[in-house]
Amino acid sequence: MKPLVKLIIDDQQVEAPEGTLIVDAAKKYGIEIPVFCYHPKMEPVGMCRMCLVEIGRPEKDHNTGAWIKEADGSLKIHFGPKLETACTTPVSEGMVVRGLTEEVKAARKDVIEFLLTSHPLDCPVCDKGGECPLQNLTMEHGSGISRFLYDEKSRLAKHVPLGELILLDRERCIQCARCVRFQDEVVDEPVIGFFQRGRSLEIVTFSEPGFDSYFSGNTTDICPVGALTTVDFRFEARPWEMKAAASLCPHCPVGCNLTVNVRREARAGGETVIKRVMPRQNEKVNEIWICDKGRFAYHFAQSKERLSQPLLRKNGELVAASWQEALDAAAAGFRKAGQDFLALAGGRLANEDLFNLAQLSAALGGKSLLYSTMAGGDLMAKVGVAQDTDFGSMGPETAILVVACDLQEEAPLWWLRVKQAAERGANLTVINPRPTRLDKYASRTLRYTYGEEAALILSMINALSAKRPNLGEAAPKGQELDTIEEIAGMFAKAENAVIIYGSEGTGFDTSQALAQACANLLAVTNHAGRPNNGLVAAWSAANTQGAWDMGLQPVKDYDEALRSAKAVYAVAADPLGDDPSLAEALQTAGFLVVQELFLSDTARLADVVLPALSFAEREGSYTNGTRRLQRFYPAIRTITQGQADYAITAQIGHSLGFDLEGRSPALVMERIASAMADYSGITYARLTEVSEQWPHVGRHDVYYGGTTYENTQGLGIQLPPAAQHGEPIPLSWIAPPEVKAGESGLLAVPVTRLLDRGQTVLPSQLLHVRIPQPGITLNPQDAQRLGIQEGNSVQVKLKGGVVPAIAHLDQGVPVGIVLVPRSMGLPITEPEAVELSILELAVAQASSS
Amino acid sequence: MMEAELILLRHRQIPDIARLDVYRQNGGWEAFHKAVTSMQPDEVTEVVKASGLRGRGGAGFPTGLKWAFTDKKVWPHYVVANADESEPGTFKDREIMEGNPLQFLEGVAIAAYAVQARAAYIYLRGEFWQIAAQLDEKIDELEAAGLLGDNLFGGGYSLRLYTHLGAGAYICGEETAMLESMGGLLGQPRLRPPFPPSFGLFGKPTVVNNVETLSNVPLILLHGPDWFRKAGTEKSPGVKIFSLSGRVNKPGNYELPLGTTFRQLIYECGGGIPGEAKIKAIMPAGASSSLIVADDKALDTPMDYESVPEVGAQLGSASVIIIDDTVPMDWLIAKTVRFFQHESCGKCTPCREGTYWMKHITNRITNGQAKPEDLQLLHDVASQIKGKCLCALGDFSTEAVLTGLERFPGDFDAKVNKDR
Repeated sequence: MKPLVKLIIDDQQVEAPEGTLIVDAAKKYGIEIPVFCYHPKMEPVGMCRMCLVEIGRPEKDHNTGAWIKEADGSLKIHFGPKLETACTTPVSEGMVVRGLTEEVKAARKDVIEFLLTSHPLDCPVCDKGGECPLQNLTMEHGSGISRFLYDEKSRLAKHVPLGELILLDRERCIQCARCVRFQDEVVDEPVIGFFQRGRSLEIVTFSEPGFDSYFSGNTTDICPVGALTTVDFRFEARPWEMKAAASLCPHCPVGCNLTVNVRREARAGGETVIKRVMPRQNEKVNEIWICDKGRFAYHFAQSKERLSQPLLRKNGELVAASWQEALDAAAAGFRKAGQDFLALAGGRLANEDLFNLAQLSAALGGKSLLYSTMAGGDLMAKVGVAQDTDFGSMGPETAILVVACDLQEEAPLWWLRVKQAAERGANLTVINPRPTRLDKYASRTLRYTYGEEAALILSMINALSAKRPNLGEAAPKGQELDTIEEIAGMFAKAENAVIIYGSEGTGFDTSQALAQACANLLAVTNHAGRPNNGLVAAWSAANTQGAWDMGLQPVKDYDEALRSAKAVYAVAADPLGDDPSLAEALQTAGFLVVQELFLSDTARLADVVLPALSFAEREGSYTNGTRRLQRFYPAIRTITQGQADYAITAQIGHSLGFDLEGRSPALVMERIASAMADYSGITYARLTEVSEQWPHVGRHDVYYGGTTYENTQGLGIQLPPAAQHGEPIPLSWIAPPEVKAGESGLLAVPVTRLLDRGQTVLPSQLLHVRIPQPGITLNPQDAQRLGIQEGNSVQVKLKGGVVPAIAHLDQGVPVGIVLVPRSMGLPITEPEAVELSILELAVAQASSS
Repeated sequence: MMEAELILLRHRQIPDIARLDVYRQNGGWEAFHKAVTSMQPDEVTEVVKASGLRGRGGAGFPTGLKWAFTDKKVWPHYVVANADESEPGTFKDREIMEGNPLQFLEGVAIAAYAVQARAAYIYLRGEFWQIAAQLDEKIDELEAAGLLGDNLFGGGYSLRLYTHLGAGAYICGEETAMLESMGGLLGQPRLRPPFPPSFGLFGKPTVVNNVETLSNVPLILLHGPDWFRKAGTEKSPGVKIFSLSGRVNKPGNYELPLGTTFRQLIYECGGGIPGEAKIKAIMPAGASSSLIVADDKALDTPMDYESVPEVGAQLGSASVIIIDDTVPMDWLIAKTVRFFQHESCGKCTPCREGTYWMKHITNRITNGQAKPEDLQLLHDVASQIKGKCLCALGDFSTEAVLTGLERFPGDFDAKVNKDR
C-alpha cells in the first residue's frame, strides 16, 4: 500500500494514496471533475482539456529548502500561471485543487463550446441521448448558446461501419480516443486507430474483417458520445424507455454480470422485448467489460424457433399437448423405469434446476449425469481457487499456469484478466500444444503432444527438488528436463499460484487425468486454500461447476449409459446434436423426455418434449469456474408456454409423490443450503449483497466510467474450497489413456471456438458473419500430403459419422493433428483417429463406382 | 557586417567544406576524435555547459544541461537531431545541412558520445529528401573513412547515424510528436512529463537537439567555451543564424552574434524595406510569433532570449519576418491561422476546434463579411485556446491573432466597419 497523501480539493480535506490522479481522488470523495477522454481503466492522455483545474502547491525557498509560510504560519501555496489537467496530475502533499473558481468554470464552458462546434447536436435521434456524457456535461457546464455559425459546421459521414457489429458516426465523434486506447491498452488488439489529423481526424479500422476483436462492443459503452453504436441497438430504443434487469451471461464459465435492458413494444403485441445486453460491474468477475458473445448472443431467448408448448408423441408424430398430459406422460414413463431412470443435464441449467433433477433421480433410485466431456468439478470443490480470489489483485507475487486451454476462445474475460495480471508482473506460463493469443504475455510457453497434458504436469511435480510424493513416472515426449524443472521451480517458489485448465484437445479421460494432476501440483507446492491460489476450470458451459456441486458428474461413455437406461430425461442436453451415433442408444432406452428451449435433434426423437425458459425469463443461480455463486433475475416475460426447469422437474416429482420444491428458486436454494455442505448458509438474500466498488460507474456520472451499469443487485459469494477449511487434498495419479492416430496418421482433437453453431448462438443473426462454417484445421504439411488446400471441402470420418467440413491450414497446428471445433456440427467428444478426403473426389468416386 | 569569421555558415567562406577532405583540412572531425579518444563523456557535457550554448530550435534551453538530464539508469540512450524545420520563415537548418553538412554530423556524433548513445537519428521534414540523400552519402563516407561505425579510433565506442524522413506534418517538429512519428505512431505530441531525457525515442532516454544547436558543438569543443562566449551576450552567448524574410530588400540567412539589434539585421544586413513603404511590424519567430510594432524601441532591441520578450515577443528560432505598411494585418493573421488550422494534429480540443473556428472568423474579416462583434469573438476564441492546450502549437496559433488585434486595431476596424 502506498503512503497516503493529504490535499485539499474544492475546500474539502482529501486523502489518497501517492500516485493517485487528482480526478480519481476527487471522485472517491464525490467531488465531480468533468472528463471526456479520461477513463479510470486506462492511462490518462490529457487530450480533451475538460478537467482543467487550478492547482496550487506548497512552495520551497530555493536557497534554504524550507517551506515558505504565510504570516499566519500556514504553508504558502503557489498557483501556476496556467490551468492544469486534473486527469494527468498525481496528488501531492499539501496540494490545493480548485475546481469551482470562475476561471475553471469558464474553461469548462469553453471546452464544451469548442466540442459542440463540430458536433451535430442530433440528440433527438441519437441512441446515446439520455445517457450521454456530452449531453449531460453540456447541460451542466455549457453556455446554452453557441457563437459558432451553423453554416460553418462540417458535414461528415454518419454511417461508417467499423466491421459488421459497430458503427461510427463521424459527426458525433469528439476524438477522445477512448475506443482506440481501449483496444490498444486494455485488449491489446489495436485494430482501430486514428487516421488524418486536426478536424479531419477519424476512427478507422485496419483489420480484416473490420474491428476484429471479441471485445469490440465495450467501446460503445465507454464512447462519451453517440459516435460508436452497435448494429444491434442502433435506432432501437431510447435509454429512458428501457427497464434494467440484473442478469448473468449464460455462455461461459466466467459468469459476467449483465444488465438486460428491456422495453414493452407494440410490434411485439405489448410484450417486453430485450433491446440490448450491457455489462454490469463486478470487479471480481468481469470488471466493467463483457465479450461480444455475451453482448450479442442473447437473441436465442426471444427466437421464433423456441419451443412454445409441450409436445407428445402420438402415432409416431410429435403433437401439441397440454402441460397436464405431458407431465403425466413423463411421470408415468419415469415411474415405470424406476431405478433405470437416467437424467442427463446440461451445464446451462441453474443450480436450482440441477438440484431438483438430482433429487428426482435419487427419489426414483435412478441416475443423474452431467452431459459434459470435461472432468474435475469434484477437485474444484477441494482445491478450487479460495475465497477472496481476485484476478485484479494478482501481480509479481503470483504465478499463473494456463494448461490445455485456448483461453480467449474458452473464457474471453479470463483471458483479458490473466493478460492484465501478466502485464502487472504475474508470472504467466502457457502450456498448450499449439500457440494461442495468450502466449504473447507469458514468461514461458511450453508445447506438448496432445494427450500428454497430465504427464507433463506430473513431470513438473517430479522435477521439484523438495520432498514430493511418488505419484508415478512420466516422460512426456520431446521435453527438455531443464525447462520443466525451471517452470516447476518458479511455480513452487511463487507466493501465490493459480492453474487454469481448459479443454483443448481433451475428452473425459484425459481431462480427468489433467485435473487430478493439476490438483496434485497445487497440493504439493502448497498453493491451495489461500486467496489467489488454487484451480480454475474453463468449463464449456456457464454452470458446469454448479452441476458438479449439485452432485451431477459426467461419464466417459454416454452410449453405454443411455443403453443401460429405460427412461431418459434429457434437460438442456442434446447428445444427438453432438454425436448422431448416439441415436441407437437413445432408442434402446425406450422412453425419452426432452426439456429444452428448441426442438433439438434429441428432442425430435423424444416421446415427450417440455418447453423450458431461457435465462432471461426466469431467475436462478450459477456457480462460475472460480466457484463464485451468483444470482440472475427475470428480464422478460415468456411468450411461450414454457416453465422454468426446476419447476417442471418439481411437478413431475409431485406426480410421483416426491417432495420437490417448485415454487421459487429462492426456496430451492434453501433446500440446497441444507443439503449441500458447501452451500450451507447461502440464501438468495445474501447473494444480493454488494460492497463499494472502484471505479464508480453507471450512476449519474456516466461521463466517468461509461454506460456500464452499477451493481446494486449482488456481487455473489465465492465458495471456499475444502482446502480452505484445512482439509487434506487427496493425491493420486490417474493414467490417461493413450490416444492413437488413424491409418493415415491423423489424430482429431476437439477444440473450443467462442462463436460456435450452438442453439444459443445461431439465433443471433448479426453474429453470422463471425460464426465459421463447420471446418477443421490441419498443418500445411499434412494437407500437402493429402492434397488438401485451404478452403477445400473435405469428408471428415469420425466415430460419430462422416461429415463434410471446410479445411483450413495453420502452421500452428502440430503435424498429425486435426483440430475439430466443438458445437460446430462435427461429432467429436475426445481425441480420436480421423480420416480426411477431399469431398469432390469422394463424390466423384462414389458416382463412378 | 564586415567579414567576421563564420562559425556555422562556414561554407560561405571555405569552398567545398561539404567535402570530407576539405572539412578535415579545416579541423573537421578533430573535435569528435578528441572527445572519443581523450575525454570522458561527462567532460564533453561540461564543456558544452560552460559554453552557455542554448537550444536554437526556439525554446533556448541550455544544451549542456539537457544532455546532463539524460537518465543514466535506463539504457540505451538515443540522440535525435531535429531537422524538421517547418516553421514558416525558418530556413537556416536547410542551409547548414546543404552547405556545411559534416560540421552538423560531427555535432550529432559528439552529442551521441556525450550521452553514450550508440545510435543517433536525424529527423528531416519529408520535403528535405534530397538533403537526406546527401546526408546518407556523407554518413557512408564517414563510415568508410572509419570516422563513424564500430570501435571508433580503437577506443571501443561505436556509433551509427541514420536519417529519417517525416511525412508532411508541422507538429512533428514538436519533439515528442517527432518521437512518436519515429516510433511508427501517429504524429501527436505526448503528455509531458516524462520528458525525452528520461522517456524519449522507443521509450528510452533521448537527447533531442536542433540542427543549428548541434552544429555549434564541434567548434566549442575545439576552441573551448571562452572562445564561444566571445560572441553574443552574457546570458545568450554565441552566434545565431537569423532567417530574414518578408518585406526586405535582401532576405536570407545572416549569422550574427546574439544581441544584434533588429535595426542592424534589417537595415545593415537586409538592406532595408523595398520602395516607399515603411516598416510596420516584425514577427521575430516565424508564424508562431507575436507581432511587434516596429517602432524605434523595437528596432533598437537586441535580438537575444532576454531582450525580445521586453517588446512583447519571443526570439524563438529567430526567423524574422518583416511586415511593411502595404500589408493589412487581417490578411496576415488569416494566413497564419490557416496554417495552424491545417497543421493542428487534432489531439486536444482547444487547438483542433479553436483553430478551425478562428479560420472561419478571420476569413470572414478579410472577405469583408464580418461584423464588429466578430473581432471580440475572434479575441475570445483565441483567448479560449491560449494556455489550455496539450502542446505549444495551440498557443502559437493565437500569438499573431491576439497581438494583431491588440497592437494594430485600425487594420481590423477598417474591415468590419466598411458598410457602417
